[in-house]
This record gives sequence, C-alpha cells and structure tokens, in this order.
Amino acid sequence: MKRNIVLIFLLILAVCITGCGKPAAKKDEVVVWHWMTDRDKALQTLAEKYQEKTGVTISLELYAPSNIYSQKIISAAQARVLPDIFGILDEKEILGEFIKSGNVANLTEAFQANNAVWKKSLFPRALAASQFEDGNFYDVIPGIYGVPLDVTNIQMLYNKKLLEKAGIKNPPGTFKEFLGAIAALRRVGISGMVSGWGEPWLINCFASNYAFNIVGEEKIMATYRGEVSYTDSDWLKVLGVFSTLHKKQALMEGIATKGNKYAEQDFALERAAFAFNGSWCVNVYNNMNAELEYGVMLPPAISKNFPMKIWGGAGSSFVVNDKSPNKDKAVAFLKWLTAKEQQAYLAKETHNLPSNRQALDAIPEILSEFAEAMDSTTHPTIWELNEDALVIEAFDRGIQSIIIGEKSPKKVAREVQAIKERQMKKKKR
Amino acid sequence: MQAVKNKSPQWMNFVDKTENFLFIVPAVLIFGIFYIYPFYDIFTLSLHEWNGISFNLKFVWFDNFVELLQDGGWWVSMRNAAYITFVALTFQNALAFALALACDRQIRMKGLYRVIFFIPPVLSEIVVGLIFSWILYAGIQDGQHIGMLNYFLDKIGFHHLVNDWLSDPKTALTCIAIMHSWKGFGWGFLMLLAGLQTIDRQLYEAARVDGAGAFHTFWHVTVPMMLPVIMVVMILTILGSMQAFVLILALMGEGLGDHTAVPVTKILSAMIKQKRFGYACAMGVNFGVVLVFVSIALKKMSNRMKQV
Repeated sequence: MKRNIVLIFLLILAVCITGCGKPAAKKDEVVVWHWMTDRDKALQTLAEKYQEKTGVTISLELYAPSNIYSQKIISAAQARVLPDIFGILDEKEILGEFIKSGNVANLTEAFQANNAVWKKSLFPRALAASQFEDGNFYDVIPGIYGVPLDVTNIQMLYNKKLLEKAGIKNPPGTFKEFLGAIAALRRVGISGMVSGWGEPWLINCFASNYAFNIVGEEKIMATYRGEVSYTDSDWLKVLGVFSTLHKKQALMEGIATKGNKYAEQDFALERAAFAFNGSWCVNVYNNMNAELEYGVMLPPAISKNFPMKIWGGAGSSFVVNDKSPNKDKAVAFLKWLTAKEQQAYLAKETHNLPSNRQALDAIPEILSEFAEAMDSTTHPTIWELNEDALVIEAFDRGIQSIIIGEKSPKKVAREVQAIKERQMKKKKR
Repeated sequence: MQAVKNKSPQWMNFVDKTENFLFIVPAVLIFGIFYIYPFYDIFTLSLHEWNGISFNLKFVWFDNFVELLQDGGWWVSMRNAAYITFVALTFQNALAFALALACDRQIRMKGLYRVIFFIPPVLSEIVVGLIFSWILYAGIQDGQHIGMLNYFLDKIGFHHLVNDWLSDPKTALTCIAIMHSWKGFGWGFLMLLAGLQTIDRQLYEAARVDGAGAFHTFWHVTVPMMLPVIMVVMILTILGSMQAFVLILALMGEGLGDHTAVPVTKILSAMIKQKRFGYACAMGVNFGVVLVFVSIALKKMSNRMKQV
C-alpha cells in the first residue's frame, strides 16, 4: 500500500515535470502566430495552398486583439516558447531587444540571395521598419530582420455624399479650408471628424503629422535628444491644432474615448464627414457599408515650411524565430507569401496594400489613392531615435485633455517638458 | 514479520513522519509554485529595471518603490478605484440587499426575478461594455441623438442634461462605477438572499408577537443575523471593485487619461506600453499589500461586530 502511494506520487511528479517542458517541434510543420483577424481566412487559404505545393504544414494560430497578441509574444519570449514565425508589434527598440536576445533571425542573406531578387520585389519603406543600419542607435547587428506582409499609411478620409450635402465641392487642401468645411457641415447638422483617439497611438500619429509640418524633422529629433523644449513655440503650435479643433467643434462627440473600431463604424455609417484612419480601413468599411462613397486626402497642412509627413510603411511584418529548428522552412514560406501571386490574392481578398510592388496592378481604386501617398510616409521605426515612452504617454494624454477642453496647450507643454526633464535626468544617472 | 521486527522504533517513527509529509507535498508544491514563487518573483522583479525581453536586468534596489510613492497618477488611480468601490459598497450592495429582501418575501414570480437579477453577472464584461457604450454614446446623426440615454433625455425635454458621458471628466468615472455596480449586484443579491433564507422564521414570529414593526424587525432581527453574510459580501465587493478594469477597457479603450485610470490599467500600461516590467511589478506589490491590509482590517471589523 505504502509502496503504491509512493509510486503514484512519483508518477504525478514525473508528469508535472515533463509537462513543463517545451512541446517538441514537428519536422514538417511551421507554426505561425498572428493577430490579423481580417486576414485570417485568406492566410488559411494560402497556407493550405502552400501545403499542397510543398508538403510543409503551415499552422496558423490567431491571437487577437493586437495588444493582447503583443503581450503574448513577450510572455512567450520570456518562457522561450516562441513559434517559428511571429510578429513584433512594438516599437523598434523592442524589436532590437528581441534580436539581441537571440529570438529573431537575421534574414539579410535570404533577401540578398539571387541578386537580391526578393528584396527588390518589396517596397523599401516596408523593409525599413525591420532593417537596422550600420551604427544604429539600438546597438543591433546591421541587417534585415522582418518580412513585410503588406504596407499601410494613415491619412484622412472624407465622405463625398456628406460634403456634397454641405455644399462642399472639393476636399479641403489647407487647414483653413478644413475649418471652413467643418463650419459648413455643422450648419447642416453633420459631425466633423472622427477617429479612434481613445487609443492614444492614433492621437500621437495625428500630432506627429503636424509636428513634421510645423516643427520639422530636424527639430523633432533635437527635441527627442533633449536639445529643444516642448514649450518651444513650434510645439505649442502643434498642440494648438488640437485646441483649435476643440474650439471649432471639429471633432465628433466622444472622440477622446472612442476606440478605433467604434470610430470606423461611425464613418462607415455616415455619422461623420471626415475620418483619420489607416489603409486597412478599406476592408473594414467595405464590410460595414459597401455603398460608402469616400476619398482619401493628406491631413490639411498648416505650415509651408516643411512637407506634411504621414505615418506609413510596413503594415504587418513577420519575423522568424532564430532558435526554430524549422528556420529555413519558415523563411521559404514567407518568401512564397510575399511573391506577386500571393500578394495579389491577399490584396484582392483583404483590401490591404501589398508589400510586393509588382502586385499593385491588382488593387482597387481607393487603395491606389492610399498608395499614391507612400512617398510622403514616415514612421517612428525608421527615425534615428524615438522619444521616451513615458514622454509619449504624457504627450498623448495631454492632447486628450486639450480636446476635452480641460487643459491649454501651454499647460500640456509644460507638463510634458517636466516629464522629459525627469526622464533625461534618470537616463544620465 | 521478521523484517519488521528488525527495524528500530526510531526508523519506524521516521517512516511514519515521512509518510505524513508525503501526503501534504502535493498541496505544498501547488501552493509554492503557484502562490509563493510568483509573489517572490514579482517582488524580485520589482527591485529591477527590465523591459521584459532583455537578458540584462538592472538591480535598482527600491528605486521603483520610491518613484511609485511620488507618482501622482498611481495614487489618482487608487483614489478612482476607491471611488468605484465606494459606489459598489453603497449603491450596489444596497440595491442587492433591497432586492434580496423583496425576493425573500412571498411575492409572485420570485423565481423569475431571481433569474433576471442574476443575468448581469453572467454576462461577459466585454458584452456589458458594448451595451453601455451604445447606451452612453454621444453622437448625433441627422439632428438626432444616437445614444440611448441622450436620445431619451432629449425626447422627454431634459435637453440640458444631454452629455458626452464618457469623455466628460466629471461623469466618466461615475458612469464606470454605476456600470460596475449594475454588473456586480447579482452576486451580492444571491449571497444575501441565501443568507436571508437561513434566518429562522420563528424569530420574525416572536418579534411580531412582541409588537415589533417592519423597521424594528429588520433592524433588530434581520441585520444582526445577516452580519456575517454582509461582511463576506463587503469583502468580496471591495476586492472585486478595486481590481475592476475589463469594463473600462471594453467601454473606453485606454480611458480618459487619469480620470478613469485604476491600478490594474496603470500596471498594464507600465508593462505593455512603457515596457517597464520592474515598475509594473512594484505597482503590483504595492497594490497587493494595500488589498491585504484592507482585507485584514475588514476581517478585524467583522470579528469585532460579531462580538457586539
């Protein structure tokens, strides 16, 4: 009896210990963790097609929404159970950390093979998001570490029917014209602009557009280095844009706490005349209201000193686990996935801009409008350095306070600068 | 038989004791792995600066805790959680008690009421968030309010009360607190109803014979008999409300700055957005300690009330 108890105990202990181990990787299976709910079906179809062609099974596992996905990836990295292919949705610094900790494979060799034919087929801006140059700020070995599945940019959209209702013939080209359009829309009871500013990154993106237009890239970087204060008159003008939007009632009610999915619904259901959203919205609007007539425009510029720059580049990128025993198979699958035929299929099925420029002929007209602005894109991932996360948070939260009329641009600038100085001191220490 | 005889009493004693310990080993292991070790790990991490991925953890002693003490936003989030808890303790529990009292009486269709009152806790917090975002929506289309509450207020002539409920710092947190109370009152209702049904009906008979009115019966019979249950409901309400955050995420994403921040959203933000795992762990330790103190205080209060 006693011996049996001891045996049962040892058996349980053995099960517990072996259960804690890593699942063994299957030889002909590439496991992909992704977050793209809207592209899941199309990716599954392509995975099946790939299996038929090569005999390699592609197991796609969807984990959404993206913020939860992001957390899952970090937890998996900590537990050393990352899949063969995954995405890093955080800023470049985090991608750098993943690389330095040996979790992400350097794909430069694969891209450069056969006269760099794979590299040349993709948009350079899309590759730039996961590319590290010589002497980069993040101390990462130079190379290309990610494969862009599509490209994206974030612009303003206008509802043609609602503008017409307010007697506006052409979309506004300047900020002054934009405010005029808002006034005309309000006179006929139509809300102005909607966006998911309950998600502060979208506020940051809009503010960044105007920062490039008013402050200029050089001064922005100088601010990040701590050489220019956020209380500088140019930065006050950037924050002033939000104050003007609030005062002129240009923003839809509830915008400060609106998630982007609700904002997309508002624009699709014609509750607002303008939206600030990314090119992925084409698919979303198509699903919500296929009759929606809309166009794409750059956010109306304020200053003539610097060009308006919008966020854009790689939409969704995959990286390959450097520790994966199926590394070569994973790279081969990604190469196949970004080839012209597969990219054209993805663009057709999911209404996203393809990362392969040869597949651009197959995209719908509205996506072509988005594609036209690819030359005006920029993104924090390709800047020489990024602002401290705490400062960004204070900046975004400050703008949220401005658009609900709680704080003035000056007050927000002072608060942001105080946090900036505190963080600078901390870094020096 | 011979083998047993050969073994010394000390050896037999040792085997007996070892056997006894063997029985509690699974429980100790589970408790150690899933409770003690995570707490130890979180505390250790709270003494480091770490972005969650890097192999390099920088030991910073108690710097994270010192920074936390000076972090105004953290204490505002604590105050917000305390406000939600206060609304839950008063409004939610009063509602739960009133409805439990009503259902304890001989009323028609009380089984149906019990089911209806227990629907909100069964619903997912994401669903509740979506329902309330529709009710509290502030947009206008073709001159009409689309949000249910604003539409209703407008139609009955209270135009001045129409508001952007979730984006107004004065109303956003109260909306969350009310929503949380609506979602949670069913649990209190169920526990209080179960408690009410255990009270001996003869006590009510005796009170009535002695000439006690409805209020006196309630105050001198129901309340004292229900004190242990009320204390349990209070402790669960406090612990549940202090940690409420899913509703906030479902209703308003990352919220309205510090106006709707609660400790858990702050911890998530430090961890996911700022990638400051050490600081997030310090927040977790601090929050855990506060909750332990609150629980101990309530337990002591409960013991004292039992003695009274």
